[in-house]
Amino acid sequence: MSFEKLDDTMMKTYPTKVYRKRKKAAMVNDPGEVKEIQANVRTIPGIITQRGCTYAGCKGVVLGPTRDIVNITHGPIGCGFYSWLTRRNQTRPENETAENFMTYCFSTDMQDSNIVFGGETLLKDAIQEAYDLFHPKAIAIFSTCPVGLIGDDVHAVAREMKAKFGDCNVFGFSCEGYKGVSQSAGHHIANNQIFKHVIGSDDSRSDSKFRVNLLGEYNIGGDAFVLEELFEKCGIELVATFSGNSSIDHFANAHTADLNLIMCHRSINYVAEMMEVKFGIPWTKVNFIGAGQSAKSLRKVGAYFEDPRLIARIEEVIAEEMLKTDEAAAEYRPGTEGKTAMLFVGGSRAHHYQDLFAELGMKTLAAGYEFAHRDDYEGRRVLPSIKVDADSRNIEELHIEKDPGRYSQALQDRKAALMEKGMEFSDYEGMMAQMEKGALVIDDISHYEMEKLVEVYKPDVFCAGIKEKYAVQKMGIPLKQLHSYDYGGPYAGFDGAVNFYKEIERMVNTNVWGLIKAPWSNQSAMSAKYAGGKHAVASHT
Amino acid sequence: MRKIAIYGKGGIGKSTTTQNTVAGLAEMKKKVMVIGCDPKADSTRLLLGGLAQKTVLDTLREEGEDIEMDDVIKGGYGETRCVESGGPEPGVGCAGRGIITSINMLEQLGAYEQDLDYTFYDVLGDVVCGGFAMPIREGKAEEIYIVVSGEMMAMYAANNICKGIVKYADAGGVRLGGLICNSRKVDNEREMIEELARKLGTQMIHFVPRDNMVQKAEIHRKTVIDFEPVHGQADEYRTLARKIDENKMFVIPTPLEIEDLEQLLIDFGIAN
Repeated sequence: MSFEKLDDTMMKTYPTKVYRKRKKAAMVNDPGEVKEIQANVRTIPGIITQRGCTYAGCKGVVLGPTRDIVNITHGPIGCGFYSWLTRRNQTRPENETAENFMTYCFSTDMQDSNIVFGGETLLKDAIQEAYDLFHPKAIAIFSTCPVGLIGDDVHAVAREMKAKFGDCNVFGFSCEGYKGVSQSAGHHIANNQIFKHVIGSDDSRSDSKFRVNLLGEYNIGGDAFVLEELFEKCGIELVATFSGNSSIDHFANAHTADLNLIMCHRSINYVAEMMEVKFGIPWTKVNFIGAGQSAKSLRKVGAYFEDPRLIARIEEVIAEEMLKTDEAAAEYRPGTEGKTAMLFVGGSRAHHYQDLFAELGMKTLAAGYEFAHRDDYEGRRVLPSIKVDADSRNIEELHIEKDPGRYSQALQDRKAALMEKGMEFSDYEGMMAQMEKGALVIDDISHYEMEKLVEVYKPDVFCAGIKEKYAVQKMGIPLKQLHSYDYGGPYAGFDGAVNFYKEIERMVNTNVWGLIKAPWSNQSAMSAKYAGGKHAVASHT
Repeated sequence: MRKIAIYGKGGIGKSTTTQNTVAGLAEMKKKVMVIGCDPKADSTRLLLGGLAQKTVLDTLREEGEDIEMDDVIKGGYGETRCVESGGPEPGVGCAGRGIITSINMLEQLGAYEQDLDYTFYDVLGDVVCGGFAMPIREGKAEEIYIVVSGEMMAMYAANNICKGIVKYADAGGVRLGGLICNSRKVDNEREMIEELARKLGTQMIHFVPRDNMVQKAEIHRKTVIDFEPVHGQADEYRTLARKIDENKMFVIPTPLEIEDLEQLLIDFGIAN
């Protein structure tokens, strides 16, 4: 069935108003003529969405992977408990005595009386307790929904406790879950506070020549370890990674780097933008998912520094690494060639992983993001035409100015010169321009739409998260989680690509899910008929 | 037991009217419990002869869940039983949630299982959030009386409260028992409130005239019936108490559109 028939098979089941809205979020792709897609708008109530909340985006995604900040969830216990290490970020402290709080779960465990009388005292006590126990360098406070409703001033508490301790940076996030359309709002709030409270607070810099930050890499399944090794081999120093395998000390002098490399554009572009305005550091988009993209991204770094020795070294490393990936591709590709995949995940992964599938000779039939904005689909060129709605206004927009003492005009001059030669900066082309003509793009896919897609197009593998995993597998299709990698990975860089080839070859050739039949699917234990009536039919008219 | 909630615009005299009326009922040997649903905890001061009440929420906070009914219910004028829900200081926490917690606690303690003829809920100002609607939800209060005057904002608030009653009337079975006009000496006040009541589908159950005796008694931390039993104003509250006791008119109100409300003011108020 062609995707043009999508309306008939899928969307027309919705009531008229829902149909009209959902239709704007789904389309057949044409890279030559990228159309406007609806993204970053509130999910229609009643629809089962993949999305998470603002708190999840702030604490879980951006701040979660940093090991030496004590992250305290201010709220009832559920939010803290269920965000405890769920993204499977890994970390490697510098040595055995170095701080690592990632395995802990800190929460104020708000009770009824704290809701009624306010939770600020409780929060102060919690901060004091954490400080007394661990003497951390930093304590961060994350607001959950009830905190916003009762109006606890977490920022005032943070200021007070920071002044009291003197040797511990305390800062808060107004990242109440309801605040945005999705977790994306939480990313923005996290970016703002990290920029305000941490970045630029330590001016010390190493004397290495090629210093970059990697933004939007969260070390799921050890991705950051692979990339760190790769950068080291090439002789490039990673000043800070936001925020895979990171320490708050790295953030503090991230502003001393010469270039910002952005992996996940959606979650972290705000920090890159603000660093460029304040410190003059240019940013460019990279992708270290897939061998080809990893090579391309490394070459970009070489081109930026224009150093013949660095460029030569990068080529050596690429050649060496490509031997491994070429060999693996040759081994696994016969089993994957011509197979199909669907990706509905994240704000960048649904795009980046298409390259890995392409290296396996697999076709991406359909893809979409959970929490991305239009620029992640259509490219940053559409930024001026994105309507600022009430939900976006709800999030603080920091007014950043040039820091006269630390702004690097030299880096900006280099950027200008390289742009003359055709190098791209401050840009992201988006998913649609790089996706095949005729493939399907759906934003914020609903559970129902997902089931329909699986039923009609039967992809060989479906990539999403834990909420989708078992539903899809029950339909006989293997599902690869790209939030947590299903305890697999790493999948970044060249070594990661090899892992991914192997894993996908295994998955698409193991039809175990297709073989398992539920007892009731062969023989019905009882029969029933839907009587219908006024509420039974929700059809599109 | 009849469960009654008194609502009305902030400052209209809800607490004063409630306590004076309750004193009238107590005089009639009715057994009455008054539950103050205002964080300021001043709804039972005239019955208790001062702010001597420890609130439910303070008790919960200090003693934990393990509290006795006697810890939060205090005896007042004419064997009335007085409870203050209490709540946070202004600008902190969530007073609405406080009322929910407190009423639930009273239920758990069996406060409603006592031998009572009446329970009165005295609720703060406008129904600003779900918490303050608690007394009219889930059948907690069955009868509502709205204290109102001829001032526009008081009538506006009364109309809004009626909207709240309509909302919960189906689910909780709550009904409007009438408007109590607490006179501000506005022109044509009685006629105007009678007309408002008619339009809302209810009655003006009593017109309480303005009298400085109420203030005077208040300064002495007493109801008028307690402070000056022979005064005419004491009889007004006795009448109101008797009318409530005999009331049989319980309706789902028909709230007015804002234009109709304004027209009422023009017809009876400033136009004359």
